[in-house]
Amino acid sequence: MNIIEVNHINKSFGAVRALNDIKFSVKEGEIFGLIGPDGAGKTTLFRLFTTLLLPDKGQIFINNKNVVKHYKEIRHIMGYMPGRFSLYQDLSVEENLQFFATIFQSSIEENYDLIKPIYSQIEDFKKRRAGALSGGMKQKLALSCALIHKPQILVLDEPTTGVDSVSRKEFWEILHQLKEKGITIVVSTPYMDEAGLCDRVALIQKGRILSIDTPLNIEKSFPKHLYAIKTKDMHKLIHDLEKYQYTHSTFPFGQFVHYTDKRNEFNIRDVYDYLEKNSHIQISIDKIKAGIEDCFMELMINQEEK
Amino acid sequence: MKDAERIIKVRKLYKKFGSFTANKDLNFDVYKGEIFGFLGANGAGKTTAMKILCGLSKPTSGEVKIANYDIYTQTNEIKKNIGYMSQKFSLYEDLTIKENIRLFGGIYGLSKSEIEKRGKELIKHLELEGAKDKLIKDIPLGWKQKLAFSIAVLHEPDIVFLDEPTGGVDPITRRQFWKLIYEAAGKGVTIFVTTHYMDEAEYCNRLSIMVDGEIVALDDPLSLIKQYKSSNMDEVFLKLVRKI
Repeated sequence: MNIIEVNHINKSFGAVRALNDIKFSVKEGEIFGLIGPDGAGKTTLFRLFTTLLLPDKGQIFINNKNVVKHYKEIRHIMGYMPGRFSLYQDLSVEENLQFFATIFQSSIEENYDLIKPIYSQIEDFKKRRAGALSGGMKQKLALSCALIHKPQILVLDEPTTGVDSVSRKEFWEILHQLKEKGITIVVSTPYMDEAGLCDRVALIQKGRILSIDTPLNIEKSFPKHLYAIKTKDMHKLIHDLEKYQYTHSTFPFGQFVHYTDKRNEFNIRDVYDYLEKNSHIQISIDKIKAGIEDCFMELMINQEEK
Repeated sequence: MKDAERIIKVRKLYKKFGSFTANKDLNFDVYKGEIFGFLGANGAGKTTAMKILCGLSKPTSGEVKIANYDIYTQTNEIKKNIGYMSQKFSLYEDLTIKENIRLFGGIYGLSKSEIEKRGKELIKHLELEGAKDKLIKDIPLGWKQKLAFSIAVLHEPDIVFLDEPTGGVDPITRRQFWKLIYEAAGKGVTIFVTTHYMDEAEYCNRLSIMVDGEIVALDDPLSLIKQYKSSNMDEVFLKLVRKI
């Protein structure tokens, strides 16, 4: 069953078209990811379906209810963790949690089980002012506050931005535990590698959705043969591949350069010969499967060409 | 790299806040034209160390030299010879591109004619001719970051500090940004960079990884990957930070 339906949403701020004909749905109990850079429209979209903004055009339904008409009900079944820390800095950890429980006519005790795995990690600091917490602890408190009224849907706007890769992994483990408890999760992130941790993702760029599917299907739909190339001099390699007449795309990926060819039919030996002719040594070329980041960039190139 | 000119020298650096030791016995050198990655989990002590290296905070003890200037007595010289860029603070949003160039050029003591000349080159290089009179707040994040970097090296500093410079931008812009970094390094500017993107860590010539205030690993990326029997830097980082 679809718990969220977004139908042809448009939203502009002055001359800026933040969202352009956005359409997707989220199934009950899944982790749905919105993957895209800053300025793609992720936050605007979140504000629309958390009832904080009105669309110019189109409708959003949650549990088959129009969010504009039924905003009061919708707010009760949603937990929202905004991108910017927005708890009360001058209240203590415990007071913040109590405050959010109270406005939803609940109490910390009533839903303690749900937040326990997260809240127990900061409970030792419950008398400390929220403003004096470290970044990681603030994040855990914000998540606890978003969950304290036991929402059906949890909406997280870039919860892992600026967080180191180990803490990011730990945060995703928490999200998977919440999913096990039946909570539907909609999460946005600029980190392409987090797409694989979602059940389905929408890739979004400049207010438009580039693709929606499971991460695996998106990767499978990569339209080109993809190669990871490495030689001794990586800077020269990037430079030489950019000049090569048959290059469709060439992007550095850590120790490798990912390469696609303009031609549909070709022998990769051509590329090898070209590099050898340009005095590269220790050349290795391997055919690889595309990741989400490869797909995102390919879709971006196609969009620019349109 | 041993014979190359040393730009950063750090010996037995300690920084304490009360009973908390934020930096514990840091020792490293960074050389001219090198891209040095400064990695660590949130709270590991990276920002504290960066502030010291930029001359904004004094160590509790230890020796630190930046471009041969002493961190205790010559902070003004240090500030003139470094560039700094972070994701949070970079440019003035209510000034235009041209005005930001003039402001920062002036702060770093460039003459009017130098600012004019280098500013023109910069705008041409970034292909911003059509946008030079736009306010910073009206240009896309990717442009802002490339511009902020170019302005941070406008006065041709010995070293530029980049604090998570690529957060939030799209993957193509992120790679264009690294191209600017390579170009600057090629001209001899030393790059000192922090990032949470582990593929970017692999673009560095050498890396240090901090855990709980200490540098627990320092080498080139391939050697680290080999040493920790990993297939990429993400695994190395995970092993060191989780202490597996």
